[in-house]
This record gives sequence, structure tokens and C-alpha cells, in this order.
Amino acid sequence: MTDKDITRLSYDVVVIGAGGAGLRAAIEARLAGKKTAIISKSLFGKAHTVMAEGGAAAAMGNANSNDNWMVHYKDTIRGGKFLNHYRMAELHAKEAPERIWELETYGALFDRTKDGKISQRNFGGHEYPRLAHVGDRTGLELIRTLQQKIVSLQQEDFAESGDYEARLAVFAETTITELMLTDGKVAGAFGYRREDGQFLLFEAPAVVLATGGVGKSFKVTSNSWEYTGDGHALAMRAGANLVNMEFLQFHPTGMVWPPSVKGILVTESVRGDGGVLRNSEGRRFMFDYIPEVFKAQYATTEEEGDRWYTDPDNNKRPPELLPRDEVARAINSEVKAGRGSPHGGVFLDVSTRMKPEVIIKRLPSMHHQFKELADVDITKEPMEVGPTCHYVMGGVEVDPDSTQSAVPGLFAAGEVAGGMHGSNRLGGNSLSDLLVFGKRAGEYAALYVDQTAERPAVAQSDVDAAMAKALTPLVEDAEGGENPYTVQHELQQVMNDLVGIIRRADELEEALVKIAEFKKRLASVRVGGGRKYNPGWHLAIDLHNMVVVSEAIAKAALERTESRGGHTRDDHGKMDPNWRKINLICSVQGDGVSLRRQPVPTMPIELLGLFDRSELAKYLTEDELAAFDESTKDGEKE
Amino acid sequence: MTTRHFRVWRGDDQGGALTDYDVEVNEGEVVLDIVHRLQATQAPDLAVRWNCKAGKCGSCSAEINGKPGLLCMTRMNTFGPDETVTVTPVRTFPVMRDLVTDVSFNYEKAREIPAFAPPADLKPGEYRMQQVDVERSQEFRKCIECFLCQNTCHVIRDHEENKAAFAGPRFFIRAAELDMHPLDARDDRKEFAQEEQGLGFCNITKCCTEVCPEHIKITDNAIIPMKERVVDRKYDPLTWLGRKIFRRDQLESQK
Amino acid sequence: MTTTATTPPRPRAAIAERTLRTDRWWLAPLLTFLGLAGFLVYATVRIFVNDNYWVEEFHYLAPFYSPCLSESCAPGSSHFLGQPFPQLPSWMSPAMLVLALPGGFRATCYYYRKSYYRSFWLSPPACAVPDGHKKYTGETRFPLLIQNVHRYFFYAAVLVGLVLTYDAVISFHGKEGGFGIGLGSLILVVNAVLIWGYTLGCHSCRNIVGGRLTHFSKHPIRYWMWTQVGKLNKRHQLFAWLSMFSVVIADAYVWMVASGAINDLRIFN
Repeated sequence: MTDKDITRLSYDVVVIGAGGAGLRAAIEARLAGKKTAIISKSLFGKAHTVMAEGGAAAAMGNANSNDNWMVHYKDTIRGGKFLNHYRMAELHAKEAPERIWELETYGALFDRTKDGKISQRNFGGHEYPRLAHVGDRTGLELIRTLQQKIVSLQQEDFAESGDYEARLAVFAETTITELMLTDGKVAGAFGYRREDGQFLLFEAPAVVLATGGVGKSFKVTSNSWEYTGDGHALAMRAGANLVNMEFLQFHPTGMVWPPSVKGILVTESVRGDGGVLRNSEGRRFMFDYIPEVFKAQYATTEEEGDRWYTDPDNNKRPPELLPRDEVARAINSEVKAGRGSPHGGVFLDVSTRMKPEVIIKRLPSMHHQFKELADVDITKEPMEVGPTCHYVMGGVEVDPDSTQSAVPGLFAAGEVAGGMHGSNRLGGNSLSDLLVFGKRAGEYAALYVDQTAERPAVAQSDVDAAMAKALTPLVEDAEGGENPYTVQHELQQVMNDLVGIIRRADELEEALVKIAEFKKRLASVRVGGGRKYNPGWHLAIDLHNMVVVSEAIAKAALERTESRGGHTRDDHGKMDPNWRKINLICSVQGDGVSLRRQPVPTMPIELLGLFDRSELAKYLTEDELAAFDESTKDGEKE
Repeated sequence: MTTRHFRVWRGDDQGGALTDYDVEVNEGEVVLDIVHRLQATQAPDLAVRWNCKAGKCGSCSAEINGKPGLLCMTRMNTFGPDETVTVTPVRTFPVMRDLVTDVSFNYEKAREIPAFAPPADLKPGEYRMQQVDVERSQEFRKCIECFLCQNTCHVIRDHEENKAAFAGPRFFIRAAELDMHPLDARDDRKEFAQEEQGLGFCNITKCCTEVCPEHIKITDNAIIPMKERVVDRKYDPLTWLGRKIFRRDQLESQK
Repeated sequence: MTTTATTPPRPRAAIAERTLRTDRWWLAPLLTFLGLAGFLVYATVRIFVNDNYWVEEFHYLAPFYSPCLSESCAPGSSHFLGQPFPQLPSWMSPAMLVLALPGGFRATCYYYRKSYYRSFWLSPPACAVPDGHKKYTGETRFPLLIQNVHRYFFYAAVLVGLVLTYDAVISFHGKEGGFGIGLGSLILVVNAVLIWGYTLGCHSCRNIVGGRLTHFSKHPIRYWMWTQVGKLNKRHQLFAWLSMFSVVIADAYVWMVASGAINDLRIFN
């Protein structure tokens, strides 16, 4: 194989990413008759979706028949602090049940209710029990089900043509480094195969991005190595826009010790089932952090909080169950005040509150996780937990119905798409999001192919440029160059310290200075060792994406001078109704990220009318409220 | 913090050898942390496959001191203070490079099993199943596809020539999962397991169960029940007699 | 790696050591070998002894000779099953007539298969330790295909269990007739209990009582039975060993009492 060798492949639809959204998109494109390729950075079936524990939110009404898409819609918008794209949230709430039911026809086995329907569980921010689940491994069930559906489609093709991959092929351990554009439209994608470093060119008029999130730019994260923001960066470089990049969800309870598992999630159910948070002085500090707006809904004494677990109808819930952002901030403050646990977290304790056998029955995988990974028996001692970077609400700005970005032929679904979750995502809405919009992405990508008369040709110069860029860091002797691992560690530290859970203007400015330095250093990153399965080389390529995405996050975070959902400014602690009307849009200009403001799409009155006026008053400006009053008055007259 | 001695197999399909490293180890670390430290400080191109680092994705399968296991689930404090830790790729599959192997065997076998056959008369949303009826299959669906069972199974580990005829433990639990699925519309899963998947190769020495990081009782709950279900149809004297006497032709497929 | 399916098969990692296991992996197969071999030696010796298996005084029948089905049996040792077999040639003992059933049950048992395939046949001796044989076809063909007769042996083993239970009941016999308890009766009871624990925990039993069903919810009683058998089945290995020891102990005890080597410890009458 010479350096310039390249394998050229032709497909109708190329799906980048083999998590829930990508697989669902590929299934839909294949069902529409399109020749489809799935590009997976890992092995088939290993994507980050497997990490999802709680469940997939869908208003099926199995556990409580009062549930319907409108309640789900309201919960989602409320969770996102009214910054969500209304249409995405609407489609999501309406279509989620069908997407879940469909999985059963693929062979999924959810936990059941007594009458044999899909069981649904309670979760933070959802008014009714709504999460379809399989114990605490729902994500695994989802990915396996979709994987097996893909295999079944391949079997159909095999029966027909003798070739499993006639219309649906999986390219495992393959990374796309650049999208190919011709006349501003998608023409294909360029990448390499990890195994041997072989370059691949996929010629295709439609590309679906389903690459997940960006968490690997942070030191403490629940995300895997794949989460380097590839889709975000590819989209920006191709000319698409990112929206809401300042909003990152920090899950309040990640493991902090031992180092090997730092950041790994401790499910919310631990607190739901009676786990309490204490600082090093043994104090249940969450009682000191109940914000004014929540005072009415949360217990103010330990006694009342404790009574809630057995009698939720007559008592208020304990403040450990405040929204994720509130709890994460409180833990952060305790640690900063020097009242943290030995390893820089706080204590999450179930051992003194529940009997060992109850803990093992209710929290089997947490018991298992701590026992096997940390050698900690949670029935005997408290867990040490702290906030961990979990999810990026921001992503590619897409048309809600078609999921198409500003670039014709480029679609995005799942975590890589922005807008759906506004400033904060509810637990359980991610798995349903990727099914709903994954399906739409596949469907509309297929439609786009149908409507494309002439397939755009990829320019050889673009291929050459992509190849040259990919090969730059790879040298015979890496001596004197930057070590990619060092750059990555430093970037993660900077993002964690300066663009983390609590942000300040001066720190964000400092972060941007540092990011500018990283950009320069990227040019001199060098790795030896050849092209065969060379992790150092792969990281050197991924680093470009991590840096550009980090820049987008930091820029947007500096610009938004308010605190809302997954964006907390120490120097602008309040939520500002005027900012609710503004989306921050990132795009690539020259060598850097440029930022502009754009109005948030206006929610139509029939959706806005689902909310109480008193609730709207917390989020909308005076003018908006006046307009709302005006239109409801009109409504009454009619 | 201490310095520990590691031996890591490095090489590719052309050959290779155990390479010695002295590397820093901190309290609370797992073997994968040490491999990552080797990458970051001594061997940037050391190939290792990993993903979630929490025992949930099944990517980092390898052999540690000769025992098949997940690198992310093998804690350093399970070794003696001066023990050398030897890390090699799994042996049953072809090596790509260093600790990474080509596991495509498993994906090929997965494609040969007929998929779940949805009942013809039920539309999405109409599926009704009882919890007790799905629990057995749910156990098998916990599988994270680390393929450690496949790697450990001597049927193919020690006998390459059996690979064509033997699907392996991971796919026996898939067969059992579908056979026990309350709504699967096929009824030839047992015959398929016996005739196409090579169920008979298994001599139930249980190494698959021993290495399963998800603690799935592969042998007791899937392989043996499938063998027994084959016996139900092919060899059981009472079933045969029952059919003759009561003409209950459907006895073996009691639903 | 679905895309590499077409590339020719590649070599495995060239690791010189046959196994890199550093623990004492050979210990378990060695102990198993010694345990099973010891049992075989005892059983072989015992079936040729052809004497001292019946204690008329206390109605103790040695399990190796139960049921005693031949006209050559010691007076009184045959019970409700009678003596369907005629006088045996002198080299044959009545034990040989019946031991094939419990022996076959154990020989085809899923647990014992694991234990002797590992410890006797070294296929494999331990996990990730190379198979002792070049070729391997498992249970796909004759003779090992015969392992599938386990089901038949299970049905027979249930009968054996009933007989041993009967033996345990009649062993509560006083010296002067009537009710009595000796250490021997207790040993025979414990043996019967362990034999049942082993027999009912059998994988075939688990399949027959409920495992074969697809819809437990439609068969609540069989589901309950399956659950109970499952509890025993989880400890099948334990019961396999305990019942093997208990049968040897019970047999040896009766042997020694019958031969007068020891006196039965009487608790009552």
C-alpha cells in the first residue's frame, strides 16, 4: 500500500456514527431502498449509546393513562428552560411512542407492566412515569436491538442477492476526517480504516451525522474516547452552523474515585431511592442550596425529606432530587469551600439508610459497578461523587422535520444535533430523541437522494487535501514534535477548569487564549509508528475536532451573560428573559470560530397555550407575555 | 504511587513478542489505566481497543496473566505487590496489532442466525408479554459482546478447524434468547442450534460462564436448556410415548 | 469488522507460551481427578466384595446393593421389588445389576461431564489452558452423542431415589423388632436427602418441570416448580459431590457394621 492508495466506494446515503441515531437512520434509509453505509468509529454495537441507563422517555401512558404527548412536550420545554426548538420538542413528544413500539417488532424486550405492556419508570423532570426501560441497561438493549435489525435487513439482502452488504454495509473502526463538498452540496466523505490506515472515499450525495457528543474535551466526563466532537467539527468545516454550544450538562453524580473510573455515572435512581448527599462534616448540605423558586416544592427539614420516600403524597421531596444543574452546582460549591470528600467529591450514602439486601435489589448495577470497579461495597460505605461532563445540548442546527443542516445533503440526528433539548436535557429524552430524529434523518436523506438528479462528483483536489492533512502528524521519527496525548490532557484540563460547570468571563477569556495556543500547537503534533492501528495517530487527527469544538463552547459561553440550564455564569447568576429569545450560532470562518446571535424560533400559540400563564411568566419577557395575553384573549372571543 | 513491571505483547500478523515496561501505578487503577499510561508516556502507537472504560461496552477484551478478561475491569490491586503483569491479545482471533484482534468471526456468525421473527398478527404497540416470560431472554440480552466466551471456548481456541461449524457460546445464548422469546414466530431454533450452530461441540466445561463479565449463566441457562430442548424433540422417551398415546403432536412446542 | 470478512484469514498472535496463567490452575482438575478416581476405586472394589451389604438386625441395606434384585441376594435384603433375577454366577454380584442406573445418571450428568472432561480428558484442563488433544469433535457424534441419554437416566434416577428413601425408612428398625434409631439410620436418611438434592437439581429435571415452556405465565405451578428446581440446580455441583461422598460413607458404614468391624451406634432401641 502506498501513501496515495485510496479505496473508493459509492453509496446513496452515508451515516457517520453507529450509535442509536446512526443505526436508526441507516435502517430507515435502507428501508427506503437506498444503498447505505454505516461508518462506526468503534466496533459495531459498541457505541456510547450502551452507556445509557435509565430509559427512553415516551408518553405511551402505560403506567399512568393521564400521560400524553402534550404533557411530555411541556416537561421537555420546561426542562430546557424554554430555549428548545419548539418543533423538535413537538415532533419528539408525538413520535416517541411509535419509535419505542417499533423496537419490539425488532425483538427488543423491555421490562413489563402487570398487564404485559412496556413498563415505564419515574425520572427527574417527567411528570408521569414515562421511561421505557430494561433494568438499568436500556441503552444496551436499544443498540443491540437496532444492530440486530440491521443484521436482519442484511439477511434479507443476502437471500435476494447473495451479498449481505448489497444495500447495507457497516464499516467498523473507520473514522471520517473530512466531508467532501461540491458546489456547496454534500458529495461524500473521506476517512481511514483504523486497522490498516487505508484511506477510504465514500462518494454519496447524502450524509447523516450521528456522531454523538463532545465530552472528551473535558477531564472529568462520563463520555468515551469517541466523543471528540467529530460531527460538530465536520459540520462546521462543511459550512453548517452549530447552535446552543454553551449548554453542557454536568451530571451531578459521577464517580470521583478511583481515578480509573473518574467521571463514570452514578445513576439518578440512587437519590430517587433514598441516597443522600453529605459533606465531609456529615451535613446534608443540599438543604442549604434550595433556590427561592423551588422552596415551595422541596422539603426544608431532613425529617420531612425522609418521610417523602414512604409517603410522597403528603410530604415534599428532599432537595437531593432538585434538577441536575442545581445539585451539580451545590456539590461544586461544597468542594470549593473545602468540605469535600478525600478525593474531591462529596459523599453519596445509601449504606446508613437502607438495608444491604434492599440496596442490592434496587440498585444492582450500581452495587456491581462500585464493587467491581472501585472495590467499594455501597451497602457498607458511602460513595464519593462529583459532577461529570455528560451531554452537550448544543449541536448542528437542523431543520426540525427533515434534520437537514444548512448544507444541502448534510443531515444530523441525536446528540450531534442541537435545539431539541434547549439549555438542559431531561433524563430519558436522549434515547427517544435519537430514535425519533434518527428515523427522520434516514427518511429525509433518502428523499433527498431521490430528488437529486445528478450525483455531485468529488473533486480530486479535495481528496488530496484531506489525505495530506490526515498524514501530516505521521512521521518516521516523532522526536521534537508535540505529543498528542500531552496536548489532549492539557486541553481537557483547561476545559475542565475554565469552561466547566461554573463559568466566569475572565476564565473564559483565559480559556480562549489557551485554545488559540492549542491551535498553534496542533500544527506540530507528531506521531511515529506507521498507519496500522496507531492510536497516537488517530488522536492527533481527532484533536483538531476537539479544539475547534472547544473554541465554539468557550466563545458561546463567554457571549451568553446569563445562567440557564447547562450554562452557569458566576458573574451573571440570573436567568434573563431577554436572553431566552437568543440563540448563539457558531460557524467556522477562516481559521477560527465565529459567533452570531439569532432569534429563537417563536413557539406557536397552540403550543404556548399548553402552559399556565404563571409558568410562562417565569421565562418570557413582559412584551412576550403581553402578546400571549393578547392572543389568548382573541382565542376566547373566537 | 509505585513502579510496576509489565509485559505487553507487541507485534502483528508477522510476529511479535512480549515487551517489558516499567510503569507508574497509582492506587485504585485498573490494567487499562496502565496501558493508557504506556501510550501517553512510552509507546504512543501501542494499539489497544477500548471504549467506555466501565465494563459496559465489551471492547477491551484481552488476556491478563493468561486469563481472559476486560482490561477495564481488572483492578491492579488483584495482583501481588511485586507481581509482573503480562498482557496479551486474545488468542482465538487473528491479531491486527498489539492488543487488538480481528473479531469479525463473531459478526459473521451473528449474521447466520435467523433474526427475530415478529408475530404476523400483531402491530407495533400491541405486543403483550409478561415479565416472567421475558426474564430468561433478558438475561441473555445483558451480553455486551466482549467475545471473551468465544475466546475462551476451547472448541475454537484450540481447534481452529472447528470455526466453520461452531458458532460459540455468545450465539448459543442468542439462540436460547430467541427460542425463549414469548413472541418469536419461528419454531426451528432448536434444530438450527443443533444442526447449523454446532451446539453438539460444546462439552459444557463452562469456561464461557467463568469468564463472562456480565455473569450470564451461559452454560446452565442457555446451552444446557437448548441441549435439553433438542432432547425434548429428538430423544425423550416419554414425550415420544405421550405423542403416540395422546396424539398430542404439539407437545414439544407447548406454548 | 464486517468489512474485513472477505480478507483471507490471518494468523493469531504468535505467543510462545502455551498458557500464561500464573495461578494454580492445575489444582482444581487435580483434586477432581483424585476425588472421582477415589470413588471409582471404591465402587469397583465394593461391587466385587459381594458380601456384608445387609444388616438384618437393623434392616440396613448398603446403597451400592440397593435394590437387591437377585436370588443370590443375602436373605432379607431384597424388598418390595422382589427378586426378578435368578441366581447369579459367582463372579457377579447383585450390585452390578443396579449400579448401571445411578452410575449412568452420574456419567451423563452435565456437571460430571464438565468435571471429567476437564480432569480426565484434559479437554480443556482449565480455562485458557490448551486442550490435551489435537482433534476435537465434542458431543457431535458417536460415542459422545450418547450423552443425550441423560434424560432416560434421570427417569431411572427418580426410581433409585425412591428406593433409597424406602431403605432409609425401613432402617428405623429396632434390634428386637419395632421402631429403632441408630447412627446407620441417620446416615441413610442424610444420604437419601442428598441424593434427592442431586437428582431433583438435575438439568434435565429443570427442563422437564418447566424449563421447556415458553410462557411461564400460563403455567404458574410449573413455573414455581422450575424456580424451586432452579435453586437446587444452582448447587448441582455441590450436591453432586456431597451425595457422592454420602453414598460412599453410607455404604462403607453398612459394610463395616455388617462385617462386624464396628458396632452400630444405637440411639434408640
